[in-house]
Amino acid sequence: MEKVLFGYLALAILLSALFAVYAGNVIRSVLWLLVLFLHQAVLFLTLQAEFLAAVQIIVYAGAVLVLFLFVVYLINLREEVRLPRFLNSYPLAFLAAFGLLVAASIPLWKYQPTLRIGTLTPELILKEGHTQILGLHLFRDYLLAFEIAGVLLLVAVLGAVVLVRRIREGEL
Amino acid sequence: MEEILKTLMPGLILIVEALVLLLVALLHVAYTTYAERKVIGHMQQRLGPNRVGPRGLLQPIADVLKLLTKEDLVPAGADKSLFYLAPFISLVAGATSLAVIPVWEKFVLANVNVGLLVVLALSSLSSYGIILSGWASNSRYAFLGGLRASAQVISYEVAMALSLVGVMVMAGSMNLSEIVKAQTASPFKIYAIPQILGFFVFMVAAIAETNRTPFDLPEAETELVAGYFVEYSGIRFGLFYLAEYFGMVVMSAVAVTCFLGGWKGPFEVPGVPFFWFLLKLYALLFFYIWVRATLPRYRYDQLMGLGWKVLIPVSLLNIVVTGFLKVLV
Repeated sequence: MEKVLFGYLALAILLSALFAVYAGNVIRSVLWLLVLFLHQAVLFLTLQAEFLAAVQIIVYAGAVLVLFLFVVYLINLREEVRLPRFLNSYPLAFLAAFGLLVAASIPLWKYQPTLRIGTLTPELILKEGHTQILGLHLFRDYLLAFEIAGVLLLVAVLGAVVLVRRIREGEL
Repeated sequence: MEEILKTLMPGLILIVEALVLLLVALLHVAYTTYAERKVIGHMQQRLGPNRVGPRGLLQPIADVLKLLTKEDLVPAGADKSLFYLAPFISLVAGATSLAVIPVWEKFVLANVNVGLLVVLALSSLSSYGIILSGWASNSRYAFLGGLRASAQVISYEVAMALSLVGVMVMAGSMNLSEIVKAQTASPFKIYAIPQILGFFVFMVAAIAETNRTPFDLPEAETELVAGYFVEYSGIRFGLFYLAEYFGMVVMSAVAVTCFLGGWKGPFEVPGVPFFWFLLKLYALLFFYIWVRATLPRYRYDQLMGLGWKVLIPVSLLNIVVTGFLKVLV
């Protein structure tokens, strides 16, 4: 049963990702992405990660994608844009992609399940609850790393604001 | 045969419970529209609906029948599949949140550990219905409504989630039943008193999330005709209305569970365990209607200013204060 569910989810995620890439209309492509995110949330649920699933929907489906839609609306692309599918050098690109695929599958060949690291067992996680464990680790053990990540994101936001700011004459 | 019945029984009970909940919720939604017209009528020195049935009590049913028999129009140039899909997204996302709300200690469909997050997630999904309908209609008015809705929902979602963090911190849980139990164990019995800031922010954000007056800019009649659902007719139009009122009921129910003590009351009412829950729910619904009859619509920049410059800082302050209290007390 679990394997069937995983198979369905994997297939649906792959297919919706492909549809999102190949959709001619930007809105539809964003919607396929929404389907992808929902399936991803279900995948987290099958791993008993309720918190992650909920956050996935709130952040990605609820905020990021709505922002995408907002941007797409503002630039108002109604017509399908048709560009040539392949560049002239596509045989080389195929070769490079194939090489990468081979390189990526080498570690799979001698894959073996890792030994358990750390003290958290699935039973312990279920008992204490995901949210609590995550919160304790983020805000106690890895506080510095967490804060640095926050500052980095803030810098990125400020950079975006500076880039799109209109510079009035005489201000420079 | 008995074996099969035994394995299927829990599932069947769940389905029956879900159907009962949905039916009761639908009745509530239908009669909220009636209550709204009646209450606003009296507030404006009118009588409100009083022709269909005694005191107009059958008016909602007549309305549904009328909407069902009307022609279902799709504007030329509309994106058909999205146009059909949009009202259902709104409605389903709104109605699904009901599953995690504990009406009574022993009646909650899905007792999820992250119940509060589920409610937030579904309320953010319900905005897709509005945004997509605005785009799919291929109409300027609807499009503007959709744009406004997406900006409004993103802004107020943040404030709403932050206002609930105080409750999570105080209760130490995101399970809605646990939150109610933690509330009754706390000194004030309800979180609305120690979390007064959070309660205020939540109520304002909830009105904005459900696109009700004074934050009904996505459907502002006087500027956008009816905003995102201007091109809808017949029962699809009705579905949008249904979704809006579902949103009202769900938001009020969340407020009741998180801030007003859920199903607990000053004394037990024998035979009706969910008496207090419903009483509080009706009081909040009345508040919604009251606000609509009283306040004029905000201007768009005022709406954004209120969300980002007042509500979000206030709820952040609330989190800090709650955190300190939690550590010190």
